[in-house]
Amino acid sequence: MITSEDQKHLADFAREIRKQTLYTIGNLGVGHIGGALSIVELLALLYGKQMHYDPKQPQLYDRDLLVLSKGHAGPALYATLALKGFFPLEELATLNQGGTNLPSHCDRTKTVGIDMTTGSLGQGLSAACGLAYARRVDQNTCYVYAIIGDGESQEGQNWEAAMFASHYKLDHLIAFTDNNKMQIDGYTEQIMGLGDLEAKWNSFGWFTQRVDGHDIKAMDEAIERAKAQSDKPSMIILDTIKGKGASFCEGKVTNHNMQFNLEVANAAIAELR
Amino acid sequence: MEQKEMRQVYCDTLLELAGQDERIMVVEADLMRATGTMKFKETYPDRAVDVGVAEANLVGVSSGLSAGGKIPFAATFGCFASRRAFDQFFLSANYAKLNVKLVGTDPGISAAFNGGTHMPFEDIALMRMIPGLTIIEPSDPISLQSLTKAAAQLEGCVYMRLHRKAVPALYDDTETFTLGKGKVLRDGADVTIIASGAILVGEALKAAELLKAEHVNAAVIDMHTIKPLDEELVLTYAKKSGCIVTAENHQVAGGLGSAVANFLSENHPTPMAMIGIRDAFGQVGTQDWLQAHYKLHAQEIAVQAKRLLADKNTRR
Repeated sequence: MITSEDQKHLADFAREIRKQTLYTIGNLGVGHIGGALSIVELLALLYGKQMHYDPKQPQLYDRDLLVLSKGHAGPALYATLALKGFFPLEELATLNQGGTNLPSHCDRTKTVGIDMTTGSLGQGLSAACGLAYARRVDQNTCYVYAIIGDGESQEGQNWEAAMFASHYKLDHLIAFTDNNKMQIDGYTEQIMGLGDLEAKWNSFGWFTQRVDGHDIKAMDEAIERAKAQSDKPSMIILDTIKGKGASFCEGKVTNHNMQFNLEVANAAIAELR
Repeated sequence: MEQKEMRQVYCDTLLELAGQDERIMVVEADLMRATGTMKFKETYPDRAVDVGVAEANLVGVSSGLSAGGKIPFAATFGCFASRRAFDQFFLSANYAKLNVKLVGTDPGISAAFNGGTHMPFEDIALMRMIPGLTIIEPSDPISLQSLTKAAAQLEGCVYMRLHRKAVPALYDDTETFTLGKGKVLRDGADVTIIASGAILVGEALKAAELLKAEHVNAAVIDMHTIKPLDEELVLTYAKKSGCIVTAENHQVAGGLGSAVANFLSENHPTPMAMIGIRDAFGQVGTQDWLQAHYKLHAQEIAVQAKRLLADKNTRR
């Protein structure tokens, strides 16, 4: 159940995440802005409402876990974690500088609050399966969340993991596909069409839903339905827009890894609603 | 004495470990029957995970299990463990500084009838390039048991080459092994043979007997840990004997011989000969035939030892 107050609070949080993400990458001058901005509402919902965690005890055993398999969207997650107090906001300015704790791709050994190292696409869902299995062996009821990209879904390892999660009935694994319909070389449909993603995940035995990935209420309801499932892992396909919320890059097929400076970032921040 | 299959020793050791530490898990990719871990699954059904024929997922799931606090022993044929799941092991396990024990079975020519497709001559070379990874190759049931326990205790990733078949014991039951510390099986000052694995350590000992008949005293070292290399021991014997033969069931490029040469060429250049595969793919055959074909035997070790010794005596 999500109240209108929750929704307003989460929309504000999403705006802050988007702002800090734009700042973080704009400050550096280059970065994976498109796929970072497409998951902002999801991160706001997870860290603002759904996930159970304590920034003061980031290694707390009894916590929900997130594997951001599309590790290049790290800056959006770093912004989220900083806003929630895992580390100081000022650290965001160190992105990709030598010796930083905030590398381009997620690294569990460097960044407080990052649960799994990712970056070689296709590997995160397997790790999420292992985490979910380990928690179940321990009879722990925490949830493991995973976010994969639509382009990333071309990696075969995802489908090995898909069989695994279904076979072992990992009902505390909730995965999302950031279906922003673009990848580095162009539109996903033109580069390597994914066919009917919903049918694919369904046929692999997952409880599959498809919602607007920028609609916090719709996503929250989908997660609640996923949690009500037993014996099946959940896939929530999120229809998103790559580069969402910043007019200089929104929906542009060149926005995967883009150069832009702080001036452009600040103009985009000023536009945020 | 009755010879126990190495895979049986592997499974029994894991069962013993699992009884003491509930974090120990077995992860397999449809080769439980080959690896011999069915008994583990029967004893601890929840702690034995079969991922099916999916090696990338084998290593990926193991990495997740480790991130969840478990100590997974993931096994498959060495060719798949190294070549097929290399990036997963490199990144999800090692780069992420997790605690995954990856076991590559049927090393080198021991793959025999499975042939060239299944015959890893390059797994050690690949694994040596992973920073901080510990690489071990037990030579007999006693060292297998001890090193498997040491691997479980180590906080960090390990790659272990596992010879599945029965091999004779080279050590007493009470012998213990330390990761990174080679074993001197036989002392000698004329030439040093540094060998690894269940086939070549035995051949090295036979070679030492052949040499003894010709009044050559060869030292034999079982270098069960290929990385980190026991540099102190290598240096001591390089100085003592002045020449070294390495012997391994693997390509000479990137394997044990390379590791020894890398170290000595920088620290104490020493004439060497390397017994191993020379830039060739594997093929089918009996293990004996393959040993003869690739010259992985005592006679060749002895020939190379005598060549080095003759050179040494000429230099004097």
